Amino acid sequence: MKKPTVNPRQKGVSLPKPNPKWGREEETEVFAKKVKLFRQGKISEDDFRRFRLQHGAYGSRLHMDYSMVRIKVPGGEMTPDQIEKIASLSEAFSIGSAHVSTRQNIQLHWVQLEDVSEVMRGLVEAGLTTREACGNTIRNVMCSHFAGVCPDEAFDATPYSKAIARFFLRNPMCQNLPRKFKINFSCCDKHGLVRIADIGLVPAVREENGSMVRGFKVYLGGGLGAASFIGHLLEDFTPEDRLLSTCMATVRLFDRHGNRENMARNRMRYLVHETGWEKFQKMVLKERSIVEMTTSYSTAKMFDVKAQEDTRQLPKAPRMAKLPVLNEQVTKESPAFERWLHTNVVSQKQNGYFTVFVTLGAGDITASQLRVLASAIRDYSAEGIARNTPQQNFAIRYVRGTDLRDFYEKLASAGLANPGALTIASAVGCSGTTSCNLAITNSHRLAKEVQRRFLELGLDTDDSLCDATIKISGCPNSCGQHEIATIGFFGGATRMNNSMTPTYTLLFGGSAGEQGELGKAAMRVPAKRVIDTILKVVELYRQQKSENETLHQWITKVTKGQGIAGIKNLEDMKAALAQVIQLPTPEQDPDAYRDYGSDSQFSAKTARGECAA
Amino acid sequence: MTAGAAKKKKNAAKSEDFRLSIVCDADTLRSLVRKKAVRLVDVRKADDYQKGHMPTAVSLPLARVLENDAPEKIVAIMDELGISDSMPVVIYDDTFGALAARVAWTFQYVGHTNTALLEMTFRQWKELGLETETQARTYPKAEHSLNINKNIYADASYVESAKSQQGKLLVDSRERLNFLTEHIPGAKNIPYTMVGSNGSILRKAEDLKRFIGNRGITSDSEIITYCGSVGTLSGLTYYALKLAGFQNVKLYPKSFKEWKALGKPKEEFKDATYWDLSAE
Repeated sequence: MKKPTVNPRQKGVSLPKPNPKWGREEETEVFAKKVKLFRQGKISEDDFRRFRLQHGAYGSRLHMDYSMVRIKVPGGEMTPDQIEKIASLSEAFSIGSAHVSTRQNIQLHWVQLEDVSEVMRGLVEAGLTTREACGNTIRNVMCSHFAGVCPDEAFDATPYSKAIARFFLRNPMCQNLPRKFKINFSCCDKHGLVRIADIGLVPAVREENGSMVRGFKVYLGGGLGAASFIGHLLEDFTPEDRLLSTCMATVRLFDRHGNRENMARNRMRYLVHETGWEKFQKMVLKERSIVEMTTSYSTAKMFDVKAQEDTRQLPKAPRMAKLPVLNEQVTKESPAFERWLHTNVVSQKQNGYFTVFVTLGAGDITASQLRVLASAIRDYSAEGIARNTPQQNFAIRYVRGTDLRDFYEKLASAGLANPGALTIASAVGCSGTTSCNLAITNSHRLAKEVQRRFLELGLDTDDSLCDATIKISGCPNSCGQHEIATIGFFGGATRMNNSMTPTYTLLFGGSAGEQGELGKAAMRVPAKRVIDTILKVVELYRQQKSENETLHQWITKVTKGQGIAGIKNLEDMKAALAQVIQLPTPEQDPDAYRDYGSDSQFSAKTARGECAA
Repeated sequence: MTAGAAKKKKNAAKSEDFRLSIVCDADTLRSLVRKKAVRLVDVRKADDYQKGHMPTAVSLPLARVLENDAPEKIVAIMDELGISDSMPVVIYDDTFGALAARVAWTFQYVGHTNTALLEMTFRQWKELGLETETQARTYPKAEHSLNINKNIYADASYVESAKSQQGKLLVDSRERLNFLTEHIPGAKNIPYTMVGSNGSILRKAEDLKRFIGNRGITSDSEIITYCGSVGTLSGLTYYALKLAGFQNVKLYPKSFKEWKALGKPKEEFKDATYWDLSAE
């Protein structure tokens, strides 16, 4: 294999090392053996499913001979070597492409069950694992892709997120929780998904006895799904030395009191809801004291933030005679580079360095694109890593302003320089019917169609639209995170004009961040009318907005019934959209009743989900 | 005959005894080339051959083999290229070994017993800075015998009867999504992308053995490989299986294209829109 080379421009900066012992070779061998025993009928289907999920392999849509292999990537942080390894594995054992999830995992679809152990083996070589990426475990620990470069952060949460991930991985205390458990770190109050996680953490500092102490604002009991909740703030400030005990206490309470009977209502958010927040809050604080008094020193030492710190000294970026024109207005007719600069690049708190976003379509990236990406990271990122983002893109940080043009050219050579990453055009879509058992509609393709159309129309260049988000799930479960979108959709099936039709429930006014709110369901829209409906909303906004009001602000206002012009509330909005969602008869336009990616009549087929083992 | 010529002939005769492995590495090939004890066959397009090829290589574009693959025709081609029964033959392409594999299999089918695939493609050879030449090579005509090796060949009717027989296994070498869309009923998928690795057209035997072992396929099975149209991808899988130690492997060279044209049954999977995962 080709030895990774470092661009002369990155001289003196060693490439980051992968997490030691993150992947384990023995687990791949055990997996291969278990598959054989299962095929020989020596392990029951239920037992095997539990085992398989614990190792990050989901059953594929209506075809259990195949798996979706979920690679757990804490904080989304990946080295070029790891990216290249994933490229090779996707070619050899999957479908020649990889997929960025909304929780910073990388997913390989349609892997034959018998090859899962080989994928795992390859990942071990690169310091990656699939262990506990699914099942009733602590799932991938997320961290804002801006952590470390965000101008508004109190401090870099990355090493904390990695230390938490490391502590809980293979930890006996969380191998069989009542249900899955999600931990998200943010950088500041705006970025990150802290209110929709079981534990959400926002870095904060506080003065104590004359010195600044690091800590977190801890939110508990949030989460999206068939019933969604926003997390509650545990206390004003949780100092960093109580981070582990707070997390352990929460996990232990959930393990002890969580519902193990009713799979539909056993995420921790239901426990918090049913217990009542005040009572639950007291239970956590009490349990935390017990944890602190009883945990052995050596166990506590396993949580090692120092070991996860990136101590490399990155060089200062060169001064630029002229700063890149990130903020200048662009149009559809602007040169491609300028449009990309405007919609895909942000400056960092480190002077002269920029974070560049690679726009993907619903998170899809081919093996050859992954290789170009890896090479571009080696050449142009001073930190030499990429982070995948919950918006299903890649963020490449520490790119010098003077290198932006070259970096762009390199990405463009592989079709990776689409604009619009940080705009409404970057629609999120879960895997939908492309691989998921639970999906009713092809949300994945729809998200890509939205993106394609919006880029064609140049909607990415309209700054008043760019804080609005579009997120699409293929069923009421919220892998597409539709409830925190400005305009969200989840898939369903509706009989229209006597014909089964793929439809989406449209939600308005959701948002992420520390002030995050859930969107409100407004109406059902046929799949083939979704794009027209969003365009109609944009048109209405342009007619009715107040000065300097963004699309997101306008929709939020309308959702709260505070609109001022013709559209005052959601009822007005629904009435204004009623025309767009009409379908001709199935005889006049059979295609209007079909889902994306299908040329036959629609029928809603689903099988048992495996989100719960 | 001069003493020198006699010595040369002796050396050549000795080298001709050299038994090639399934995959020939670059060092072995170069030493055989130096001893003039190998026929190196370039199966890329004629144009590409003219622009530059490995030293001493003859040109045999795959299309010429496929044009008329009647055994007599193939033997005539081998005669023309100066390939005798005892001459070791190493074949290369620029298509991850798939075209080379199809030609190697064809030579073996008509009775040649000492062929190998070069471990690397022409592009990789050049990237390593190894020597190339542009001179078109011809050699004195040889006389190859015709000795058809039926054991490595399968036709549609053989495939049809085999798929229900114990101990016989059909392997589809196409990529996963093509396989999911439709395949011969009962076939198992080992995509051609699995058998190669960076820098070598075939992975190490132990890896291949493990892959196949993972699938619970025992080494005494008879395996028939096929792919989309002319048996190139499945040709490569044929050699991967040989390398993994399978004795009884057959190629169905007319593959799925013929199978469909004959209107034979297919297994399809239409319950998922997996093509929409493609990023292209």
